[in-house]
Amino acid sequence: MTAMLQVTDVTKAFGGVVANDAVSISVPQGAIVGLIGPNGSGKTTLFNAITGAQAIDAGSIRFEGQEISRLLTGEIARAGIIRTYQQPRIYGGLSTRDNMLVSASIRRGSSPSLFRRANAKAIAWADELLDFVGLIEKRDILAGDLSFGQQKLLELAMALSNEPRMLLLDEPTAGINPILIDSVIERLKVANSKFGLTLLVIEHNMPVIMDLAQHIYCLAHGSLLADGTPEAIQNDANVLDAYLGAA
Amino acid sequence: MTSNLLILYEAPALGLQLAIDGILIGAVFALAAYGMALVWGVTNIINVAQGEFVMLGGLISILGAEHGLPLWLTVPLAAAALYALGWLLFYTVIVHLLGRDMFNSVLATFGIAIVMQQVMAHVFGAADRIAASSLGSWFFLDNFVVISKMKVVVFAACIGLGLTLAWFLSRSRKGQAIRAVAQKPEAASILGIETRKVYCLTYSLNAAICGAAGALAATAYTIQPYGGLSYTVRSFMIVVVAGLGNLGGVIWAALGLGVAENFAGFILGTQYQIAFVFGLLVAVLVFRNWRLRRQRKHLE
Amino acid sequence: MAEYRALTPKRLLLIASLLAVGVAAPLVLPAYQLQLTELLLFIVFALAWDLVGGQMGYNSFGNVLFVGLGMYGAAIVQVGLFYDVGLYNAARGGGTQFVFDVPQFITGLALGIPAAALISAFAAWLLGSLVLTMRGHYFAICTLGLGIAAGQIAAGIPWIGAGSGMLTPNPPEALGDVALLLYYLALGLAITCALTFAWLLSTRFGLALNAIRDDEDKAEAMGLKTHAAKVTAWVIAAGFLGAAGALYGNVVRFIDPVQTAFAGATIGVWMILMALLGGKGTLAGPIVGAIVFQIMKELFWTYLLGWQRVALGLLIIAVAVFFPAGIVGFIRERGSAKAKEQNQ
Ligand SMILES: Nc1ncnc2c1ncn2[C@@H]1O[C@H](COP(=O)(O)OP(=O)(O)OP(=O)(O)O)[C@@H](O)[C@H]1O
Ligand SMILES: [Mg+2]
Repeated sequence: MTAMLQVTDVTKAFGGVVANDAVSISVPQGAIVGLIGPNGSGKTTLFNAITGAQAIDAGSIRFEGQEISRLLTGEIARAGIIRTYQQPRIYGGLSTRDNMLVSASIRRGSSPSLFRRANAKAIAWADELLDFVGLIEKRDILAGDLSFGQQKLLELAMALSNEPRMLLLDEPTAGINPILIDSVIERLKVANSKFGLTLLVIEHNMPVIMDLAQHIYCLAHGSLLADGTPEAIQNDANVLDAYLGAA
Repeated sequence: MTSNLLILYEAPALGLQLAIDGILIGAVFALAAYGMALVWGVTNIINVAQGEFVMLGGLISILGAEHGLPLWLTVPLAAAALYALGWLLFYTVIVHLLGRDMFNSVLATFGIAIVMQQVMAHVFGAADRIAASSLGSWFFLDNFVVISKMKVVVFAACIGLGLTLAWFLSRSRKGQAIRAVAQKPEAASILGIETRKVYCLTYSLNAAICGAAGALAATAYTIQPYGGLSYTVRSFMIVVVAGLGNLGGVIWAALGLGVAENFAGFILGTQYQIAFVFGLLVAVLVFRNWRLRRQRKHLE
Repeated sequence: MAEYRALTPKRLLLIASLLAVGVAAPLVLPAYQLQLTELLLFIVFALAWDLVGGQMGYNSFGNVLFVGLGMYGAAIVQVGLFYDVGLYNAARGGGTQFVFDVPQFITGLALGIPAAALISAFAAWLLGSLVLTMRGHYFAICTLGLGIAAGQIAAGIPWIGAGSGMLTPNPPEALGDVALLLYYLALGLAITCALTFAWLLSTRFGLALNAIRDDEDKAEAMGLKTHAAKVTAWVIAAGFLGAAGALYGNVVRFIDPVQTAFAGATIGVWMILMALLGGKGTLAGPIVGAIVFQIMKELFWTYLLGWQRVALGLLIIAVAVFFPAGIVGFIRERGSAKAKEQNQ
C-alpha cells in the first residue's frame, strides 16, 4: 500500500542554512504521525514545503499519488491538506464565529455557495466545534482580541471545520491551558478514529506526542535522525543526544 | 506608427539621437529613483510626492536663473530649500507614518503631492517652463545627431551627485548610521543611534536630492507644477527593476527607461510617451510578479 | 456577517424615511440639485472603493479607471447608436446635424448605462487577473499607474475627441428637466449599490473578503479561492463605478480625459478620502464620508476658490495621519471602549 503523503528527499536551504536536507517521511492513510526535533531543526520548514508556503529546492512530495510540490498553496489545501501554524493565524478583524463560518468546508455542503448567508446547519456546526474547544462563549468577540492560547484553539477548530483529509498541526498544545490539553488530544484521536482524519503533528511536549502518535520522525539540523514507534524513539540514543545536545 | 518605424529603419542616425537623448535624461530619473530607494529602504515609506520635489527644485532654480543666478548657485539653492521642506514635512507628517500601514503613507504623501501641485501653480504659474540655457549644441553625422551641451552637463552633474551620495552613505558617519538603521532599526537604536533623527535626515536628504535633480533638469527639460507624478512613477519603476540599495542597478534601469521612453515617444507619438511610462510600470510589475509567482511568492 | 441585521420595524422606518428624504431632496432644495446628484454618485464611488479597499484590504489608487471607462463607454453608446462617433467628436458634438430627439436620448441612456457597467466590469476582470496578485505598495502604485495611463491614452485617441474631450448628447428640450431625471437615476443606483453590498457582506463571500484583508495567506491555506474572490469583488465594484461614471458624464456634460474621466488627483483620490473619512471597512462609513466630504468640498469651492485642491490635499493628509479609523470607526471605538469599561 502506498502512503497517503509521501515526502521524498526534500531539500530546502535559506542562504547557507540547510533547513531540510534530503528529508523523507511517509504518512499512511488514517495514521497519526509525529514530527519532533530540537528548535530550529526544520520541522516548520517541512510543513511549509508540504503546504506550498515555500518552494522547495529539490525532492518530491506526493499526496494520494499526486505530485504536489509544484502546486500553489490553495490547490494543495483544496486537495485536502490543511495546516495550523506555530504562531496561530486567525482573522483578527472577524468575530470568533465568523472565523469558523468562513473556514467551514464547502465540500460538506453546509454552505453550498459563497453567495449565501450561513444557514442554521453551518452555524450549528461552527458552534459545535467552538463548544468543543471551549470558545463558545467568545463567539461574538473579535478573534484578534483572544489570547494566544485561545487563538490556537480557534485555529484548530477552524481547521477541523474545514474537514480536511489530512491535518498538519504545528505544536497544537503550545500555549494552551494545560487543563484543556487532554481534551484536545482526545478530540484529535476521535477525529482520527471516527472520521478517518490523518494527522501529522509537530510537538515539543513529549508525553503528548508519545500518547498521540503511532509513528514518530525526529529531525535534527535539517536531516532525519530517527524514526519509529514512540517506544523506539524514546529509547533511541541519537534522539536523546540531539535533545540533550541542544538543551 | 509603422511609418515612424520605417523612418527609424531608414535613418539609423535618428535612432542614435533618440538613444543619446534617452541616456541623458535617464540620469535625472536615476537620481530621483536613488532618493526614493533610500527613503523606501530606510523608513519603508514610498514617497509619492517625489516628483513634486523634483518639480519644485526645477521651479526654484528657474526663479533663481530669472534673477540672474548662475547654475552652480541655483542647484545648491534648490537643494537647500528642498532639504528644509523635507525636514518640515518630516516633523509634521512623515513622523506619524513611521511603522504604520503602508496605505496611510501612500495616501498621505499623495496628499502632500496634491497640495504642492496647486501651491506651485499659484506661486510659479501653471505653464510649462524651462530655464534658458546658452551653451549650444554639438553636431555630428552631417547634423543628423545633435547633442545639447546643457544636457550633457546635466547628465554629468546627476551622475556625479549620485556617486557623491553613494560615497556619503558608505563612508561618512551619518551615512553609516542611515545604513545601520535601514538594516536593523532595533539594534541601531540600542547602539545609541537616534533612529528618528536618522529617518529625518534620510527624508530631508531625499528631498534635497530631488531638488538638485529638478534644478539641473530645468536647464534642459520642461518643468510643470502638475508634472510631478510621472517622475514618481518612473522612480518607483526603476527601484522595482533595480531592487533596493543597488546604485548600479538604479543607473542602468534609469538609463534604459530614458531610452525606451524616447523610442516609444517617437514610434507611438509624443502624446503617448507618458502613457507608455505608466503602461510600462504596469507591465514591469505584472512581469516581476509573474516570475515570483512561479517561486510561490508575490510582490509585497 | 457583522453588517447584517434583521429588518426590524425600527430599521424599516429608518430606511423609509431615508428614502423619503432622497426622493424629496431635489424638490425641496432645487438650488442644490446638481450637488445632490453628485453626492449620490460620490456615495457609489466611495462604497465601491471600500468593497475592495476597506473590506478586502486592497487599496486601489486607480479605481477612477472604471469611472472613466464608464463615462466614455456610455457616451460612445449614446452617440454611436445614432451617429458616427468620430464625426460627432470632430464637430465637438455641436451643430445642427447631431440632434437627439426624446426616444433617441432615452434609448441612449437606457443602453449606455448598463453598457458602461459591463465595459468597466470587463476591464476589471481582465486587469484583475493580472494586478490582484500583487499586494501592498505594489498594488497601490500599479493601480495608480493604470488610472493615469488610461487618461493619457484616451487623450491621444481622436475618435473620442482626444485631448479636447467629448461631449455627452445634448438632451432634447422636449424632455423637460433632465437634471432631475439624472438625480433619480443616481438615487436608484446609490440605493442598488448599498443594498447589493449589504447583501454581499452578509454572505460567506463578505466573510471571505474580510478574511483576505486580515490574512490572505491563511485564507489561501484554508482552501478559499482567494484569487477568484478578489477578482469578483473588483468586477462588482467596477460595474457600479462604470454605471456611476456613465451618469456622472451626463451630469457634467463634458468629458475631459485627464481632468474628468481619469482624474487620479481629484475624483480618484477623493473616493478614497470619502471612504476613509467615514470609516474604512464599514457599510455606513463610505456613505457618511461622502456626505461630509461633499459638504466640505462645496465649502472649499465657495470660500477657498483657487486653493480648493490645497485644502483637500491637507484634508487627505490629516485624515490619513490622524483620523484613519474615520467617523464610524471613531464612534465604534468609543462604543466598545465604553462597553469594556462597563464590563469591569
Ligand atoms: N524564511 C526563512 N528565512 C531564513 N531562514 C529560515 C526561514 N525559515 C526558517 N529558517 C531557518 O531554518 C531553520 C529551521 O527552521 P524551522 O522553523 O523549520 O525550525 P523548527 O524545527 O520549526 O523549530 P522550532 O521548534 O523552533 O519551531 C532555522 O535555522 C531557521 O532559522
Ligand atoms: Mg517550528
